[in-house]
Amino acid sequence: MTDILSGARQEELSETGTPAGPSRRRASGGGSTLWRYLLVRFLLIFPTVFILVTMVFILMRTIGDPITAAQGGRLSPDQLQALIERAGYDRPILIQYVEYLGQVFTGNFGNTISDNQPVTQVLLTYGGATLELAFYALIVAFIVGIPLGMLAAYLRDRWGDAVLRVFAILAYATPVFFAGLLLKLIFSVWLGALPVSGRASPRTEITLTRLDGATGIYLIDALRTGNGAIISDVLLHAILPGIALGLLTAGVFLRLVRTNVIGTLSMDYVDAARSRGVSEFRLVRKHAYKPALIPIITVIGLQIAMLLGGAVLTETTFEWKGLGFQLAQYLAARDFVAVQGIVALLAVIVAVTNFIVDVIAALIDPRVRY
Amino acid sequence: MALAERLRRLPVIHQLRQSVGLQRGMLVAGLIITGVFLLTAIFAPVLAPYGFAQLRDENGNFGAQQPPSAEHLLGTTVGGYDVLSRVIWGAQTAALVIIVAVILSIFIGVLLGMLSGYLGGWLDRVLVVVADAVYAFPSLLLAIVAAIVISGGQSSLFGGIMAAAISITVVFIPQYFRVIRAETIRIKSEAYVEAAKVIGTSNWRIMTRHVLRNSTRTLPLIFTLNSSEAILTLAGLGFLGFGIEPTAAAEWGFDLNKAISDVTSGIWWTSVFPGAAIVLVVLGVTLIGESLNDLADPRLRTRRRAEATPTDTTSITAVVPGGALNPAAQGLEGLEEVRR
Repeated sequence: MTDILSGARQEELSETGTPAGPSRRRASGGGSTLWRYLLVRFLLIFPTVFILVTMVFILMRTIGDPITAAQGGRLSPDQLQALIERAGYDRPILIQYVEYLGQVFTGNFGNTISDNQPVTQVLLTYGGATLELAFYALIVAFIVGIPLGMLAAYLRDRWGDAVLRVFAILAYATPVFFAGLLLKLIFSVWLGALPVSGRASPRTEITLTRLDGATGIYLIDALRTGNGAIISDVLLHAILPGIALGLLTAGVFLRLVRTNVIGTLSMDYVDAARSRGVSEFRLVRKHAYKPALIPIITVIGLQIAMLLGGAVLTETTFEWKGLGFQLAQYLAARDFVAVQGIVALLAVIVAVTNFIVDVIAALIDPRVRY
Repeated sequence: MALAERLRRLPVIHQLRQSVGLQRGMLVAGLIITGVFLLTAIFAPVLAPYGFAQLRDENGNFGAQQPPSAEHLLGTTVGGYDVLSRVIWGAQTAALVIIVAVILSIFIGVLLGMLSGYLGGWLDRVLVVVADAVYAFPSLLLAIVAAIVISGGQSSLFGGIMAAAISITVVFIPQYFRVIRAETIRIKSEAYVEAAKVIGTSNWRIMTRHVLRNSTRTLPLIFTLNSSEAILTLAGLGFLGFGIEPTAAAEWGFDLNKAISDVTSGIWWTSVFPGAAIVLVVLGVTLIGESLNDLADPRLRTRRRAEATPTDTTSITAVVPGGALNPAAQGLEGLEEVRR
């Protein structure tokens, strides 16, 4: 399974990389292959971002100019026209497009209409919260997904396996916002054990935002205060959103680890160990699970995209004031410049993180390179 | 006799006969849940006690946030609708959206994948890069952008369903594209395609007669995986306010969004039932997909009897027509797992 996954990556790259794909592969084989792979992979970021930014731009402009969308009905036609002209939306679409590309290239993703902030500022203000949430979710996914996946492989085709697999499917089948609402209902409302929503209680929030050089990532800021009450307050608020978002990825990890451990369990070297009398449990624990972890690294890239999508929903459920929550607010305000900017910015983030993940995968597993 | 033989080779029925034990159990459970869902969708007008937008009957208004009672088995929502009725009608909305979305994306994705894989060249490279870019992007965000474009963020009766379906289609096309393209490239080098070329068959005919028919064996699998994703995307859109207005149709995600504040005050029935409906349907469809996936992969398929001897790993044989599927290499492995 591991070789199949990395094989798919390899195939994908050789086909999408450069026009000289097939001949390149034949020419490779020396020690420079890693660098060449990294270079090709790096260059691939640009068309990816370019395509997504272009697509979003074209799509968003087919419905007309963003100012009418945001302010239409609230202002008189003359006022609207003045605003449109000032923002330059009355010029030919091609000129606007070239200008927009130039702006994106220099890191300017436009200003929001509703509160007139640069989109990059929105990212700096709220990105930390989303990053923090994704971090908690990944921790939950690792703690829950990997051991349970190994257990399911060990119990293969027995009842325990069936229960674990149904759990994995349930984790996938439950929308993150419904999981969030259920957790909230049980642990916050009925048991009263955990806070209902938000990233911290108001007092903690005030302390943390007043902190010198606040990062916006509450966990780091709280640790820097060294105040136990603040740290526990931040962590308590993180539990439910972290679980709600993390379970989804945990289910993915569980299935992936199970499939791959079962795959490696039928390999020759495992057979050899088995014939030496190594117990089945030890086979899973010591021999089969490490190669099964490599595909996890390869899927994390795509998981990050999924976590970002899930974060929009989780943040709305828990009023977790991050990028996703903000995006939902802009959507409700019909501020499509902000939406376009945030989506374009996320495209860059996704492309770059995918690149980093692929580099790590290539460093760990030589078969990924070609 | 010939008919029975044909029936036995139909996708799901073939796998059902092939499966044993637990795997058969999962497949059957999935089929039952999905069947109930489809029947609910078809017979919603008969099953639902009230209309989805009904606020009153002869006894007056239903009242908002009423707990479950004899008149309203699952209570009423904050907007004063009957929860049970909206859950039942929601099945119809979900089914319609899935059908439109999956048919559209299969049609476009298969066509593009086949053209791209068969013709190759610059068209292929451009399409692959575009598909990969779209594939790597959070699907919900893309669906949001598409929903804004199609409905301008507003939703009407038919428009809402079409908007949701097309938004989902945009996200799915790359998946079909990737799978079909990979299959096409494999089939293109088969001897029978070359033979057809030698006798002067036109490209179009080769594509429709030889390539298409042989590249569709993975479709039932992707179909189920995408149906479950379609429901989740629809619910996600609804949850963010791109759903269908409550007066136009019932949509589970929209109802869940309206239930956020209910939860805080301990009103559970407005969120638990639509949410459970989503989970059940996705569970049912995913169970089918998961079983098909396992049955197609000889390493995961439970074998009859041979299980007792763990060293018996060499006797695996392909049972799927055309040899064992190799899901990962064609991007199948990732499909059900990596996106939402």
